[in-house]
Amino acid sequence: MAYLELRGIEKSFGEARVIKGVNLEIQPGEFVVFVGPSGCGKSTLLRLIAGLETTTAGAILLEGRDITNLPSSKRDLAMVFQSYALYPHMSVYENMSFALKLAKADPAVIEEKVARAANILNLNDYLKRTPKELSGGQRQRVAIGRAIVRAPKVFLFDEPLSNLDAALRGQTRIEIAKLHRDLGATTIYVTHDQVEAMTLADRVVVLRDGVIEQVGTPLDLYDRPANQFVAQFIGTPQMNVISAAKIPSFGPDSKLKIPDGWFVGLRPESVVLVPGGAGHFRAKVELIEALGAETLIYVSTEQGAQLVARQTARTGLVVGDSVGIEIDTTTVHFFDALGRIAAIN
Amino acid sequence: MTQLQLNMAMKVLRTILAWGVALLLFFPLGWLVLTAFKTELQAISVPPLLFFTPTLENFSIVQERSDYMHYATNSLITSVLSTILGLALAFPAAYAMAFIKGKYTKDILMWMLSTKMMPAVGALVPIYVVAQTTGLLDSLTVLTIIFTLSNLPIMVWMLYSNFKEIPGEILEASRMDGATLWQEFRLVLLPLTMGGLASTGLLCLVLSWNEAFWSLNLSSAKAGTLAFLIASYSSPEGLFWAKLSAASFMAIGPIVVFGWFSQKQLVQGLTFGAVK
Repeated sequence: MAYLELRGIEKSFGEARVIKGVNLEIQPGEFVVFVGPSGCGKSTLLRLIAGLETTTAGAILLEGRDITNLPSSKRDLAMVFQSYALYPHMSVYENMSFALKLAKADPAVIEEKVARAANILNLNDYLKRTPKELSGGQRQRVAIGRAIVRAPKVFLFDEPLSNLDAALRGQTRIEIAKLHRDLGATTIYVTHDQVEAMTLADRVVVLRDGVIEQVGTPLDLYDRPANQFVAQFIGTPQMNVISAAKIPSFGPDSKLKIPDGWFVGLRPESVVLVPGGAGHFRAKVELIEALGAETLIYVSTEQGAQLVARQTARTGLVVGDSVGIEIDTTTVHFFDALGRIAAIN
Repeated sequence: MTQLQLNMAMKVLRTILAWGVALLLFFPLGWLVLTAFKTELQAISVPPLLFFTPTLENFSIVQERSDYMHYATNSLITSVLSTILGLALAFPAAYAMAFIKGKYTKDILMWMLSTKMMPAVGALVPIYVVAQTTGLLDSLTVLTIIFTLSNLPIMVWMLYSNFKEIPGEILEASRMDGATLWQEFRLVLLPLTMGGLASTGLLCLVLSWNEAFWSLNLSSAKAGTLAFLIASYSSPEGLFWAKLSAASFMAIGPIVVFGWFSQKQLVQGLTFGAVK
């Protein structure tokens, strides 16, 4: 039996259907990430689970108990908000102990739990300060601490890192991953950043227009995307997707014929540049991004297809050079005219 | 002229202008205070007297002729009660409008405010008749109700703009933390809006205390407020400037002192959202 189960969840705001029937089962201790472009309904879905919005249809079950119509305060879930939403008039200690105080916990227990959470999050020196006196990263940690202290059934994170600068974001992401490893708490995490999704998740739920596009482990999604949307959403730079008209086959000798209207998907690392004359296609270098650890080379083929190749080696190529392109055909994806994954026999 | 001299000249000009406006605004009040300490003869002398031997005679006559404390108590009761009642009604209204926004929230707010644009006298007859048939004419009850209602739009607006400064996520966080609606009010919203609540209350207190139209029309000797006391000196035996001034002085005295001490709160409340 699933720990947290969503059954046919739907949500409409007036005429607009934001969530269009979502089914999902989450196991205890799992770290699940909802990811998708803005407006896909991922935050709304989280808020439905939190009880901050009412569901239009469907049921939410926690440990087999129907909590669909339970108020937020009775669900025993903790949420970390994008804006942190700390209580500005309370000290860090009071912020972290607020839930336990409301639950009428023993003061000694409260003190012990807050101290332990503060220890984990390096907040010991800041317990007497108010949120105003903290940096963005510290506020974020207080918000997480406020959730940890309660030991809730499920942790909900709503884009918790989007207000932090890039360096801090990377660091906090690692802290959250460690925290989950240590506490083993069931977590649902919403983000639009696929790197966060890939690095944190046990399972990623990709959403688009209120519908789940695919659920799977990060590498599952990367290696076996269910459709063109997922394929292009996961991975940077994006997967190259080229219409069959521009790649009718892999070279004149290839027996592989790609049907009309289909698309070919190539991960940038599957596009290998070889000296001109060799390979499946001829192409011209248009742009080179040397990032140090990896080099991205943008090329356009004679048929007019734009491709990006990723290689770890530095390159001696310059813009305008002619190159050959060798495709690692074992990692090619095919999509039919509707963008669904397809196979060629 | 150098830039420095120009700046200096502008500064002097601005100072003179500011003083001019301030004196202009203060003049009637200052004149009223002066007149309160003159004899009736001095009060109407032409040219007006600026220097004279002050007398307290007017105050004792006013006190003799009419019971100041009676009217002052009425003023106090009606303004305090209408403020408490108004806050009790405006708080949940503003909460709903700020945090549970609906399709028509903005329209309702505008409609509420628009009632303040109607001249009060337009509603005088129906309200008078209602007060009369319910036997509430010349009672503190009717004044309290009317004061509350006439201040309500402003109170809702002030609290609304105050609440809007509070991110809704903070209230949601408290709900996630297990707070009931009452705990959310008491432990989170109230401490965060104390300033706004105080200035709204203060303003309402001042407005109710100064209210004259309804008190003059709906009350008389029994429930009359200080406004009624003042008005009683402009009639019926003709004008008695010195006594009128003394009565006015006694009527506005308390609220001016009160306003002086709470001016910081008042200004803060009136400029909500105007500056970050």
